[in-house]
Amino acid sequence: MTSDMSAIKIENITKTYEKGKVLALESISLDIKRGELFGLIGPDGAGKTSLFRILTTLLLADSGKATVEAFDVVKDLWDIRKISGYMPGRFSLYQDLTIEENLNFFATVFNTTVEENYHIIKEIYVQIEPFKNRRAGKLSGGMKQKLALCCALIHEPKVLFLDEPTTGVDPVSRKEFWEMLGRLKDRGITILVSTPYMDEASRCDRIALIQKGKIMDVDTLDHILEKNYQEILGVKAANRYDLVKAINQFDNLKSCFAFGGEQHVVLNDGFKSKDEFQQFLIEKGIENLEIRVVEPDIEDVFIKLMQENSND
Amino acid sequence: MPIVQLIILPLASDFEVKNIRITVIDQDKSTYSKRLIQKLDASEYINVAEYKDSYTKALESTGAGTSDLILTIPVNFEKKLIKENESTIHLAADAVNGIKGGLGSAYAAMIVGDFNREIREEWMVMPRHSEFPAVEITSANWYNPGNNYKLFMVPGILVILVTMIGSFMTALNIVAEKEVGTIEQINVTPVKKYEFIIGKLLPFWVLGMVSITIGMTVAFLIFGLIPQGSFLTIYVFSGVYLFSVLGIGLLISTFADSQQQATLFAYFFMMVFVMLSGLFTPIESMPDWSKMLTKINPPAYLITVFRAVYIKGSSFSDLLPTFYALLGLGLLFNILAILNYRKRAT
Repeated sequence: MTSDMSAIKIENITKTYEKGKVLALESISLDIKRGELFGLIGPDGAGKTSLFRILTTLLLADSGKATVEAFDVVKDLWDIRKISGYMPGRFSLYQDLTIEENLNFFATVFNTTVEENYHIIKEIYVQIEPFKNRRAGKLSGGMKQKLALCCALIHEPKVLFLDEPTTGVDPVSRKEFWEMLGRLKDRGITILVSTPYMDEASRCDRIALIQKGKIMDVDTLDHILEKNYQEILGVKAANRYDLVKAINQFDNLKSCFAFGGEQHVVLNDGFKSKDEFQQFLIEKGIENLEIRVVEPDIEDVFIKLMQENSND
Repeated sequence: MPIVQLIILPLASDFEVKNIRITVIDQDKSTYSKRLIQKLDASEYINVAEYKDSYTKALESTGAGTSDLILTIPVNFEKKLIKENESTIHLAADAVNGIKGGLGSAYAAMIVGDFNREIREEWMVMPRHSEFPAVEITSANWYNPGNNYKLFMVPGILVILVTMIGSFMTALNIVAEKEVGTIEQINVTPVKKYEFIIGKLLPFWVLGMVSITIGMTVAFLIFGLIPQGSFLTIYVFSGVYLFSVLGIGLLISTFADSQQQATLFAYFFMMVFVMLSGLFTPIESMPDWSKMLTKINPPAYLITVFRAVYIKGSSFSDLLPTFYALLGLGLLFNILAILNYRKRAT
């Protein structure tokens, strides 16, 4: 049933909170291959953490089944706990223990020693080693992340679950962190990582776009972009407020949302006349109008899928 | 902190009422009235604070809190006493502090009674022949001959302190892990439920035992108290007791999600514990329903044990039923806590 290539297999997992009133996950199915760096991408509240907690045996799903390395998350929880490393979204190591103590503690908990598995964490650990006698609570955000990763790796897990590891981390540390994940992947560790940052999608082998407990699409980033290609116009003007108001009055508008310094506008299918749109805006008295065709990125696709889903 | 409490509380929560201030309104100003006043003043419990000439004025000073009792000796006190062989005096007590008022008037009544007997005897002496038949009740305080309150309070307070360490700190510690999220990190490891709980309880158990040792040392150094019975009995009971108190702490931690909640829970439990422990008020004089509650109140048992061992020198076998009760409660609380502690939320 579970193919040899699957590291994590999720079948129709549904989870509700507050006695079924709040739907967190709605019949989710995913198949993550061994050695894959898989990204779960979606906004806050999409259900990413619930899925993580089910896979790490902290939470029971209402229905459906899931396996990690062919171990069932309900029946074989003790096996899963031995082979998986989990880094929760919130820093949750002992703040009053030093870096070294935390590491030793978690090594002991997993019946191993830091020395034994030093090779796995070495690369990351050397960066925080100068502070090894500092208490974890006194570390900077980036260093905390590195320490947490070390602790999650200390028992040489086969599968690594990282729940929003880069939230609240500076851009440089984020970049470093993803580079580290790439190297861990090269070691053959399956990594499931969630993030609210769309731009991190390009770092993953495959991504799943998740929104309101539903998976909108699962594929490689390139495929997702290709499949969902649509022409997008980047519109800029002197007065943004008037611009948005004017755009929204246009009949053939499909979507319009803020993107950095400009508005990304999608017009209805079959309506390709950019000039007519431009003319419309000029007639509305928009000054310093600039319109260009932009290449859609993951964020545009996400919004497209989101709208399609809510229209269902 | 607990040691400071152990030193201060017994001194403060002393029930002995000394220094009862009495206001005397002596309207008679006779030999006998003077003698009565002197007798009152000579008692170690009562001080004659002031003399007033009217009841209203005396009441004023009671109102101001400078006096606790008012004794009115009416005019013709002596005359009546001699002529009619009887006389009346009036005693009023400030009952705002019930204990002080009650005890004060009892003491004063005792002294007046004494005085009464004295003069009667004096008069009786004259005829010489008929011995005045007097029945007097004398009481002896067994085990605690001096009726020393410290001997009574210190072991009890020691128990309360150990309870705080056991239940409060365990609860707070586990809840802190919940709050910080470290419990999540532990839960994804192969650490088993019972390993986690034992790992949490054992240090506090040891800490509790250490604090009992420190407490007994303080009791000896400051109050000169040494248990009459064996230390072994105390330690065995403390060990079982801590087990049950830790169970309570654990139980609290399963209910509470934040340290504030845990503190409030623990505070509530402590209040009930102390009230129903027999520390301040004897369990025997409680109403039946609260007597029942003391049966599931671990401190009530240990206080009984500590007092028995400290004061009476009871042996382990004397206290065997208490031992079983504590053990049973310990099992009860811990099982409840474990049932309630779900490592996996559903």
